[in-house]
Amino acid sequence: MSNVFEYAPAPESRAIVDIKPSYGLFIDGEFVDGGGTAFKTVNPATEEVLAEVAEASDADVDAAVRAARRAYTRVWSRMSGAERAKYLYRIARIIQERGRELAVLESIDNGKPIKESRDVDVPIVAAHFFYYAGWADKLKYSGYGDTPLGVAGQVIPWNFPLLMLAWKIAPALACGNTVVLKPAETTPLTALLFAEICQQADLPPGVVNIVTGAGDTGRAIVSHPDVDKVAFTGSTEVGKAIARAVAGTDKKVTLELGGKAANIVFDDAPLDQAVEGIVNGIFFNQGHVCCAGSRLLVQESVADEVMTRLKRRMATLRVGDPLDKNTDVGAINSAEQLAKIRELSEIGEAEGAERWSAPCELPSNGYWFAPTVFTGVSQAHRIAREEIFGPVLSVLTFRTPSEAVEKANNTPFGLSAGVWTDKGSRILSMANRLRAGVVWANTFNKFDPTSPFGGYKESGYGREGGRHGLEAYLKTDENGGTA
Amino acid sequence: MTHQMFDDVVRSDSSLRRFLHGLPGVDQVGCEARAAGLGTRSIKTTAKAFAIDLAIRMVDLTTLEGQDTHGKVRALASKAMRPDPADPTCPATAAVCVYPDMVATARQTLGDSGVHVAAVATAFPSGRAAMDIKLADTRDAVEAGADEIDMVIDRGAFLSGRYLEVFEEIAQVREACGDAHLKVIFETGELQTYDNVRRASWLAMMAGGHFIKTSTGKVQPAATLPVTLIMLEAVRDFREQTGQMVGVKPAGGIKTTKDAIKYLVMVNEICGEDWLDPDWFRFGASTLLNDLLMQRTKMTTGRYSGPDYFTLD
Repeated sequence: MSNVFEYAPAPESRAIVDIKPSYGLFIDGEFVDGGGTAFKTVNPATEEVLAEVAEASDADVDAAVRAARRAYTRVWSRMSGAERAKYLYRIARIIQERGRELAVLESIDNGKPIKESRDVDVPIVAAHFFYYAGWADKLKYSGYGDTPLGVAGQVIPWNFPLLMLAWKIAPALACGNTVVLKPAETTPLTALLFAEICQQADLPPGVVNIVTGAGDTGRAIVSHPDVDKVAFTGSTEVGKAIARAVAGTDKKVTLELGGKAANIVFDDAPLDQAVEGIVNGIFFNQGHVCCAGSRLLVQESVADEVMTRLKRRMATLRVGDPLDKNTDVGAINSAEQLAKIRELSEIGEAEGAERWSAPCELPSNGYWFAPTVFTGVSQAHRIAREEIFGPVLSVLTFRTPSEAVEKANNTPFGLSAGVWTDKGSRILSMANRLRAGVVWANTFNKFDPTSPFGGYKESGYGREGGRHGLEAYLKTDENGGTA
Repeated sequence: MTHQMFDDVVRSDSSLRRFLHGLPGVDQVGCEARAAGLGTRSIKTTAKAFAIDLAIRMVDLTTLEGQDTHGKVRALASKAMRPDPADPTCPATAAVCVYPDMVATARQTLGDSGVHVAAVATAFPSGRAAMDIKLADTRDAVEAGADEIDMVIDRGAFLSGRYLEVFEEIAQVREACGDAHLKVIFETGELQTYDNVRRASWLAMMAGGHFIKTSTGKVQPAATLPVTLIMLEAVRDFREQTGQMVGVKPAGGIKTTKDAIKYLVMVNEICGEDWLDPDWFRFGASTLLNDLLMQRTKMTTGRYSGPDYFTLD
């Protein structure tokens, strides 16, 4: 891009958000102090401390689960679906009304660019509540019956704090469950603002409880004996620990874990759009996306041309202040994650892959990593196998469709895949052969509440979104099994 | 005139067809999403002031009506030279664009002001005339003093796959232009698909067009962001392959400063700074200029004044 037409800073105003110096836990409709040691949440773009947040102790988690149980037995499970829907619609509308506030807060706490929190995260969050509000009085026709499970314990990650909250809470509430949700320790603020929204919507106390904390708090939720359902989105490592913890109990579990998705570009692909899809696949949300297209599989005959176009495009990415409306790539969410990305990138170089980073000036404070691509990567390299969860793309080549399928499937993960070709029949045959929960054709990272999402193999089990997403929150065994 | 690198390509109708149909396809959804994404850039303060002045310098101030008179053209030409009579720092537009019979009048008014005279030729806007008439139309405009010729392609020939015929037509008009610069109008509203726009772009560039232009302004839709995106990608790729730059001119339907800035952002991010110049990017427009002037006055004075404070033509 040019130096002639330099875009002046266009920061979104922070004035709309009111960050309190400290936050408590949201239990039984009230904010209360936590029994653990309060922790700080920082703005990853500046390292500025934003607020102190309470840590929920085992006793706090117990109080939250008891509040959720009370609300479940006395109010929420007895309410008609149509009445529950009214609350969900109300929440959805408030999310829209306070959309700018939520977007700004999300960008400050998470580091993602405002254009994404404003145009992607928040609109899909509202859409998710609207969508499941519509199901609340139609569960009989879902194929999964209409009997809720009870209390859902939900643990969500830091990459899409509010969106993952919506994916968990909207279907749970629509089906008649109550929830205890723990946001990630680095990104608790929008969940706490959501708690305020629940108050604003007059949601009965105890239906939604938000407890903040780190791994110990999460473990307390997952292993609480009165939790009927565990829903987790996060790393495969923690997912496995959760699966072990609930084994032998009658808790129902859904896990949405890591990925190492193949984004496959054939030689007849619409190349300019494929390059956009590659960029969106790996640099959207700084690559902090479980379904990120982190492995580019490009057909050898167009590999050079695709790489030339990709690097030229990467050079135009604007990395910097997440609140600037013209920022394309924001800050890495935490120092810990930055260290992990750096470590794996160094391993990539040491293993002999060729590293190229977009020329861009990174701010001196905060956690930053330039958009990076590795070429000459083979299936044996760690950067082709392990989830980096950052703006780092590994490029591999293939010669035939069969080889593309073999390489794409040769991973312990199976969350998503992308196929780029002008040939419709090839799209269909690839979609049949790829073992991934989502296969995008000539696009990538598209999310919609009507579409189920979830993984194969180590990417987890269960589906979120769409009609399929209801199954995780309904007692299917008492209603003639699954549809 | 035509590029030697493509001698083999334009040897026959079938070789040309193979080449054009071998260009990478365009995914409609992806292309439109990319254009819309660039449209969300927020251009403020210094960047906005820069963009407004650049946009004014890129305007081909146009009147192409049956009711055009010499008086109307003189008024338009005066406005092109001094768009804002109240502010001498306001730059002139790139050109005025008129029918061939108005070229002499425009030329006389513009004199050596540096504002070019562009003439639509080749049986504009439909292009439905015999070849010798199109060539005569072109020569007539050039002899009357036109610096630039805006020709239309034969969309009928293009849509029925007679690519070589379109190629030769462009090459011949280019020949007839002499020293005048040639802009090739595709009428993208009639070509309809992005694949066609990409093929027409390469066809016109190989045939020696100096500029590729979206529309006549007489057919809807005229210029759109995605169509212009495809054309910008084409000129970028053409330079990559041949080292030669070709200009792009979206025309018709661009009415506001906000729209114009979206186009400039796209030029900036797709082609880079080399194209941010009236020699390589133009807006075919009439009402756009006044909105640019209003925004410019707002930037310099801090006040937003009404349309009565800006001249009609």
